[in-house]
Amino acid sequence: MFWQKDLETMPRPKLEELQLERLRWIVDYCIRNVPFYAKRLGEAGVTAEKIKTLSDIQYIPYTNKTDIRDNYPNGLFAVPMSKIVRIHASSGTTGKPTVVGYTKNDLNNWADQIARLATAVGVTSEDVFQISFGYGLFTGALGLHYGLERIGCAVIPASAGNTQKQLMMLRDMKVTGLVSTPSYALYMSECALEGDEPMSDYHLRIGLFGSEGCTPEMRSQIEKNWGLFATDNYGLSELMGPGVSGECEMRQGLHFAEDHYYPEIIDPVTLQPKAPGEQGELVVTTLTKEGFPMLRYRTKDISRLNYEPCACGRTHCRMDKVTGRTDDMLKIRGVNVFPSQVESVLIGMEHIGPHYQLVVRREGFADTLEVKVELINGALLESYSELEKLQRKIHDQLKSILGIETKVSLVEPKTLERFQGKAKRILDLRGENSLK
Amino acid sequence: MTIKQISVFVENKEGRLSEISTILADAGIHIRALCMADTTDFGILRLIVSNPENAKQILKDAGLTVSLTQVIAVSIPDQVGGFAHAVKILSDAGISIEYLYPSIGRDHEHDNTAYIILRVNDNERAIATLQANGVPLLQESDLAHI
Repeated sequence: MFWQKDLETMPRPKLEELQLERLRWIVDYCIRNVPFYAKRLGEAGVTAEKIKTLSDIQYIPYTNKTDIRDNYPNGLFAVPMSKIVRIHASSGTTGKPTVVGYTKNDLNNWADQIARLATAVGVTSEDVFQISFGYGLFTGALGLHYGLERIGCAVIPASAGNTQKQLMMLRDMKVTGLVSTPSYALYMSECALEGDEPMSDYHLRIGLFGSEGCTPEMRSQIEKNWGLFATDNYGLSELMGPGVSGECEMRQGLHFAEDHYYPEIIDPVTLQPKAPGEQGELVVTTLTKEGFPMLRYRTKDISRLNYEPCACGRTHCRMDKVTGRTDDMLKIRGVNVFPSQVESVLIGMEHIGPHYQLVVRREGFADTLEVKVELINGALLESYSELEKLQRKIHDQLKSILGIETKVSLVEPKTLERFQGKAKRILDLRGENSLK
Repeated sequence: MTIKQISVFVENKEGRLSEISTILADAGIHIRALCMADTTDFGILRLIVSNPENAKQILKDAGLTVSLTQVIAVSIPDQVGGFAHAVKILSDAGISIEYLYPSIGRDHEHDNTAYIILRVNDNERAIATLQANGVPLLQESDLAHI
């Protein structure tokens, strides 16, 4: 099913024509309305007229998170506050929050982008959707909210937390669709399975998950527990929020809303563009954004773009699930470690829960990685050797995947923090100067 | 002739044991025997209590990983050689003991009796062998009296 079929299935030559036209527009728009871009692009000698082809985008300097922070709170807004109708801000775990503003047109486009990705996985106006993202400054909840309302779904703004009440709403309102982070969906399912009500009281059929990564193993666990069809969507507040890309029913990658965003993949070290199909850091230019336009924003997310036609008929390219973040990557004794690798080992393992925490320490001159997992099953409590065997098994599998030694610690159930927003699974105790 | 033992997974961190024992105390559960060894990160607390099913549920509800196992409680004379006698019977029958620990309860009528909790590799054979050799065993209902 399509929401805006003409746009979603536009032949690529025509789509690229549209992108070029919009790229010229946004460059000119940024130069005229944002002093920061006027200066940057002026120094680089870039004007809209100089952009003849889409590949000329490479002459535009990158924009980084620090540029946004340096222009706090609204130095990068392209319109006066009188034209802004909504403000969001990112979590700001490091330093000041990133504040973004939206015009009426931006909100309108945003709702369509969400309506597209929801329709693409089978959502209709018959669906009852519970949004279990935290409402507030975070873009996730309101982004999905307006898009699902646009389709005509009944939307329950449950927000995050108070899991028992969430479960009650899911049952009593016969909710068919769930919006949350994958880890919260999994946690809710654990609570539902433990509860007194039978799972037949739940009617979930579609999950729109996002805001953090989800391995295939975690996804199939969520699907098994809830009996729903789990789908992934992607976005970030610097660009808009969720809706930048999303899966279709094929689930072979997330279709990029290419009429609104121009994606590129670059080498995060050399900053050179990568060939189509190669993995690297995702860089995105907004093509239609009025309130907070972004030129070549470095997302720090590692992915790949696939321009092959999709069986669903959409022509917009597909991005792979984000496999890591350039700033989430841990460097341990010189080896690159992504939390997603650890997760893929843990989630298929018996006796332990799917939640984990990575603790990195520096002992002497060597880095150590501790992997904490929850022992959720009492079956091995008869002997220490069984528990030690389990630890060794996890250790050995981690070693074969990561190539480094880890210390595996078993902890009590539900003692690792559950995250209702983005998962913070890394505790790096190596000090100020280390990679986060 | 077995009794139920509760095993609880306990992380090795300050105050944890105190919290767990308080949960049991608040629920009015009387500990009759206990043992705990540790590794660097965690320990397994093993308990014989007045109401094991209830205790298990309470600990589970508190979010702990818990299991129930059938173990044997033997009654031996509290004197030199009492323990050696019982262990020899098992050893001679080729039954191995995985772990054991003494009860903190006493038989108030027979002051000369001690109780040992045994986890063996074959409960049925151990019970038959001990009974054939006249070693008294406790059953679940006896726990209220020790």
